Amino acid sequence: MCLGVPGKVVEWIDRDPVFGRALVEFGGIRRECHMACVPDAEVGDYVIVHAGIAITRVNEQEAQRTLQDFAAIAEGLSELDEFNPAETV
Amino acid sequence: MKFIDEFRDPVLATELVRRIRATAKQPWVLMEVCGGQTHSLLRHGIDVELQGAVELIHGPGCPVCVTDISAIDLAQQLASLPGVVLASFGDMLRVPGSQGSLLTARATGGDVMMVYSPVDAVRHAQSHPDQQVVFFAVGFETTAPATALAVLQAHQLGLTNFSVLVSHVRVQPAMEALMQAPDNRVEGFLAAGHVCSITGYDSYDSFAKRHRVPVIVTGFEPVDLLQGILECVTQLETGTAEVRNSYGRSVERLGNPAAQRVVDTVYEIDDRAWRGFGVIPAGGYRLREEYATFDAQRRFGLTRSAEKNDPTDTKRCRAGDVLSGRLKPCDCPEFGKACTPDSPLGAPMVSSEGACAAYFRYHRGSLT
Amino acid sequence: MNNSMQWSRNCPIPISSDALRISLAHGEGARLSRRLISEIILPRFATATSRGFADAATVTTIGCRLAICTDSHTVSPMFFPGGDLGSLSVYGTVNDLAVAGAYPRWLTMSLIIEEGLPIVILERILDSAAHAAGECKVTIVAGDTKVVPRGAADGLFINTSGVGELMDPVPPGPESIQVGDKVLVSGPIGRHGIAVMSTRESFAFEPSPLSDSGSVIHAVASLRNSVGEHLRTIRDATRGGVSAVLHEWAMECGHTFALTESCIPVTDEVRGACELLGLDPLYVANEGTIVIAVDPLFAEIALNAVRQVPGCGQAAIIGEVQPKRITPVTIRRNFGSPQPVDEPSGAPLPRIC
Ligand code: SF4
Repeated sequence: MCLGVPGKVVEWIDRDPVFGRALVEFGGIRRECHMACVPDAEVGDYVIVHAGIAITRVNEQEAQRTLQDFAAIAEGLSELDEFNPAETV
Repeated sequence: MKFIDEFRDPVLATELVRRIRATAKQPWVLMEVCGGQTHSLLRHGIDVELQGAVELIHGPGCPVCVTDISAIDLAQQLASLPGVVLASFGDMLRVPGSQGSLLTARATGGDVMMVYSPVDAVRHAQSHPDQQVVFFAVGFETTAPATALAVLQAHQLGLTNFSVLVSHVRVQPAMEALMQAPDNRVEGFLAAGHVCSITGYDSYDSFAKRHRVPVIVTGFEPVDLLQGILECVTQLETGTAEVRNSYGRSVERLGNPAAQRVVDTVYEIDDRAWRGFGVIPAGGYRLREEYATFDAQRRFGLTRSAEKNDPTDTKRCRAGDVLSGRLKPCDCPEFGKACTPDSPLGAPMVSSEGACAAYFRYHRGSLT
Repeated sequence: MNNSMQWSRNCPIPISSDALRISLAHGEGARLSRRLISEIILPRFATATSRGFADAATVTTIGCRLAICTDSHTVSPMFFPGGDLGSLSVYGTVNDLAVAGAYPRWLTMSLIIEEGLPIVILERILDSAAHAAGECKVTIVAGDTKVVPRGAADGLFINTSGVGELMDPVPPGPESIQVGDKVLVSGPIGRHGIAVMSTRESFAFEPSPLSDSGSVIHAVASLRNSVGEHLRTIRDATRGGVSAVLHEWAMECGHTFALTESCIPVTDEVRGACELLGLDPLYVANEGTIVIAVDPLFAEIALNAVRQVPGCGQAAIIGEVQPKRITPVTIRRNFGSPQPVDEPSGAPLPRIC
């Protein structure tokens, strides 16, 4: 039960530990989301929202790193090639 | 959308498929634990792309499907009490209990409200003091912080017209139960990414060691899923069985402590009956005594009847076999015949993320 | 789009508890009834005579074949971003006529009013219907009003029936669809369903996604003028969305429709809402967006013609007709082989799984 969608924090509305809310942007819409579980998220950060609650911050550096690894994969530079060099594109 | 579109990149995905095929020297049997992963795998046809290299078993990860029938019956009873509004997630509305679903309850005069967030139900209670609002709290560890937060808010607001019917389930005990089944076929796990966002993945270390299975924390987009599968297959080919995080952008080793605090404040671990599985030790949450005033069952003096006749025919439905990977949904004799999403025989056919329903939706064509 | 931020999810008009409301007596045929009709309803429809709508309207045609259709309209809430029940009840029927190849001319309108409906709301809805009728150049020639006890209806139901004159060439219909034909949509899909659902369930999205509720007369006329007899069929993709239309067509023509996800236009609002709610825009309702099947040699011309129509700038070719396979509708997502598109069953419910 885990439909979690990344959205960008655009504005804090309330920083209360229980009632804390921020406006979060998903594509073309924004919605108020509850922020009790991500009290440190700042404007501009991405958070994963599930059932109206931000459940975690997105670690942009990690995402970047993953994508870079993938870029390497796509270029066929990864060390995994040795499994089947013949098939390298 | 950022952090979605990059991870649906066709070039990367195609390349990852090629790598998985090149790496797998034998067809490995992996289980994706979360229903959201099942949905995404089938929606993008990843299972078909990997045919022959990897067999994907759709795990128990659809909390709507595993919600016990007695809980649904209670929810229905609550909805029909005068002055009570039952608030629920949309997915739960179609799942049949022993007397039909919550949509049936609504059609017969029950007050059922669909909400996107449990916190919205608290707001509704606040602005409708004349109504008793009951939130049907289902879901995995991912959803528990949301419902726990709703209880905390209601508590601070001093609301006496908000309560919850708790039927939360916990994933790891179910994985444990699966591995202990004598004819288990699962050789590697794709752990549920957003569950791990909350809980972290520290606790999987001993699980992976004990059962000698790789556990890969995996996300939900095609590239995430393929990355998780590649990692898992690589481990299997090299004979390792470790816990790896393939969903680093959303999961930390220790999870989200703030979210865990919210959950721990309100809930404690409890045994829980899973539909299609039976009672799983430590398989769910219940409200702590301090928050017992928010327990809908107590407030309305209802008892869970253990023995309700399941409308889903337990003799014909092979849900246990499907959810534990012993049987592919399409190999169930009832699949697509007596059992369809419109008239499900078993829990896995009821929600669109259930293993049988997902199969029905995406594979009926290629199978008939 | 920004104006929609002003939208209040409830009715846009503040209603005081002592506001004038419809009572059962308004429906009983006596003085109150007459006043409701003569003071509230008739003045809004220029064509009605001072004595009211005739029991049977008489109209004069130019001697062509006629198309007749009827549709009942219920929408909760009655007001939603981008439209309301009044205009919807006109566009719905006008669009049914238009896609059948007719030029919409006359409507009848019958109101089923729940006792207790504030009169200002009724006025607002009727104003909107009258405005839509004016825009579509259709005349409301006959009408009826019933008041039912509280609880027997949800505020207001409107049935409209329409008569239109068939214009040559009339699209032959889904049976004429052939392998190779192209499938077009006239604009971004899923807008109406998302707008209504977000409002009804108080999802509190900002800006509130706007419905596409509107007339398709111009889009159809533009197609007729540009590619005429090369059109196979047109349909407005209402309940069940584009998927429902294509499944119906597939039944009738016996071929398979193959879509390409990246070609399907979706607004950023609908995209965001669908991701958040776990919905697929292919299953979400439209109220002013049409699906078109056309001879492939004329697909580009058709596309350009539709794009000229105001509001249809994002029209697109979304797929093509292929020889029959087991699955009637397939979609190619970002990568891999085409996947089956399921037939919609029931209204889409937001999921959290
Ligand atoms: S197809 Fe139906 S009967 Fe067979 S296992 Fe699945 S839910 Fe049960």
